[in-house]
Amino acid sequence: MNLLIKGGRVIDPSQKIDNMLDVLVENGLVKEIGKGLAAPAGAETIDAAGMYVVPGLIDMHVHLRDPGLEYKEDILSGTMAAVAGGFTSVCCMPNTTPVIDNKTVASYIINKAKSEGLCNVFPVGSITYGLSGDRMSEMGELKESGCVAVSDDGKPVNNSELMMRSLQYAAGIGIMVISHAEELELVGEGVMNEGFTSTELGLKGIPCVAEDIATVRETMLAEYTGTPIHIAHVSTKGSVRIIREAKARGVKVTCETAPHYFTLTDDAVRGYNTNAKMNPPLREAADVAAIKEGLRDGTIDAIATDHAPHHQDEKDVEFNVAMNGVIGLETSLPLSLGLVDEGVLTLNQLIEKMSCNPSNILGLNRATLETGSIADITLIDPKIEWVVEADKLASKSKNSPWLGQKLKGGAAATIVGGKLMYKR
Amino acid sequence: MAEFKHKHIIALQDLSKGDIELLISTAENMREINSRDIKKVPTLRGKTIINLFYEASTRTRTSFEIAGKRLSADTVNITPSSSSATKGETLADTALNLLAMKPDIIVMRHAVSGAHYFLANKINCSIINAGDGAHEHPSQGLLDLLTMKDRYGRLDGLKVAIVGDITHSRVARSNIQGLTKLGSKVYLAGPPTMLPPGVERLGDVTVCATMNEALQDADVVMMLRIQQERQGKTLMPNAREYSRYFGLNPTNIKLAKPNAMIMHPGPINRGVEMSSSMVDGDQSWILKQVENGVAVRMSMLYHVCGGELE
Repeated sequence: MNLLIKGGRVIDPSQKIDNMLDVLVENGLVKEIGKGLAAPAGAETIDAAGMYVVPGLIDMHVHLRDPGLEYKEDILSGTMAAVAGGFTSVCCMPNTTPVIDNKTVASYIINKAKSEGLCNVFPVGSITYGLSGDRMSEMGELKESGCVAVSDDGKPVNNSELMMRSLQYAAGIGIMVISHAEELELVGEGVMNEGFTSTELGLKGIPCVAEDIATVRETMLAEYTGTPIHIAHVSTKGSVRIIREAKARGVKVTCETAPHYFTLTDDAVRGYNTNAKMNPPLREAADVAAIKEGLRDGTIDAIATDHAPHHQDEKDVEFNVAMNGVIGLETSLPLSLGLVDEGVLTLNQLIEKMSCNPSNILGLNRATLETGSIADITLIDPKIEWVVEADKLASKSKNSPWLGQKLKGGAAATIVGGKLMYKR
Repeated sequence: MAEFKHKHIIALQDLSKGDIELLISTAENMREINSRDIKKVPTLRGKTIINLFYEASTRTRTSFEIAGKRLSADTVNITPSSSSATKGETLADTALNLLAMKPDIIVMRHAVSGAHYFLANKINCSIINAGDGAHEHPSQGLLDLLTMKDRYGRLDGLKVAIVGDITHSRVARSNIQGLTKLGSKVYLAGPPTMLPPGVERLGDVTVCATMNEALQDADVVMMLRIQQERQGKTLMPNAREYSRYFGLNPTNIKLAKPNAMIMHPGPINRGVEMSSSMVDGDQSWILKQVENGVAVRMSMLYHVCGGELE
């Protein structure tokens, strides 16, 4: 199938393009970008008037729950949600059952994604075997079998020596380490951010310093070993400051945040709303402001969703019992476009954080509309307004804090490898 | 007469000043029943009340049970050891099963803050909170208010010192909500490890640097229970040192107003948060609190049933 995407505003940070152009896709590759291109015989024309045409969005942090927890999500439903949200690639975290700590599980995911997935799926292997926190996974084999990073996401590698050695070992193999930065002793039995809201609700708090201390450790280990590290789901003003200072010293640290950390505060927990329960927890207004400033000044490199599907039975329970996490694939783009409306980011910067930077950090070689590159392309309708409704979400799970709310902007079409996989 | 419009009583935070005054004044009327020879009125005859206690309780559960019986309701007690909770049944399923037996009121104590709001969205009978996690304990708050009113005839302008582990105390939260709404001034003291962030914003609350500062000219001194299994590890060195800085004794009570009232929600650790002489002395209102508990709970049961006083 050949496609001509006509009349859109093409924004490609990799080529510093921001212009009204047409994009011709042939045989799964970008054939040509230019003005007034004619559709070759047999090509389908997509009218992109009023749309942004950008390199396919990449979500470097999702949980697809497959294998093992398919009642929450699977590769088909997860990638359906991804393309509906404008993502052409997702990186799935290893806390599946069994864990992605060996070639067999990594291959299962890659093969299943190829046969029934709607977008590219890049697995992330575990740092430690079985997420046990006590010995390294076979990172070399994981990389050879297609994993693009290693992470024990969901929990930190508590043992500092093991974390340091993992950074060194992974650097030797050439695979990125993604850290879930959290000091578990300070988290304790906490279920939300520690602050006035937790005091009023009588819920056990998690102090922001639990994240800050861990972020310090990770940046110090990366600095000492001279190796790269990527910090997942940054949520505190302290972490932003620590990473900013580390970058200024030349530490090879990158990081991501998630839309809920720049749009919501712990006020969202009021009413004991389990769809506002996640880890790290929603913080306070000063943290939200610092996250935005970190995005603006480049401290925060990427926006990732930490898409964490949970079954209704795991969320429709008492607050302390509810599982951590929210889905995000289908709401990330409109929430992130809000940053452009607010003047926090330029459109170009937004595309960098949702496509180019994730690709660069993980070495995915995507996120460009250069001639000859794989045609992963997202068409964004910045104006469309829509209401988040549970039964219209593609994800199997409906644990979104935005249910019932009206959002602005979204994917108009998602093209993966030259194939139109989603059209609104 | 003012009308009570709430179907549930989950938190004093949710009630207006008028609601709280109504609950207290009804409790004052109910007290008369408790001093009769035949302590029973037919007010709630035919009503079924389930006391669902997921946490251990002697005082509160017994008090609710007696309150229900004095109003002629049928009361049933369920505790986790005798319920399906140990078989892995969810709270919602347990409640729905109980609801199928058509109770009018479920009185619940649960370790998770907010569990009652969760249930209120699922079931259509009235819910009364007998304590949820570290959130609220409204019947305790109301009986404390009633006891203070007994002593002073008013709540407006009282200086109330609350001393102990505020962070983990649902009693403190309900008292702060109720006292603030009725015009009292609350002074908190405790080790900084037991004072939660932003607590001064919960109402008319002053956080004191020392216990002595809180006791100064207090009309009421409310001591909270120290739960050594909870605070023992990281919040304080030990009970001995806690008692030294945050225990009530014959010396520091002199800082409070002469004949200030001493309260405690129980159960008491004698010699830890207060010395025995304080528990048993003339200034102690602790047993009066327990006595008032029955009348307050009668008032709560009565009002959520929306009945009329004869």
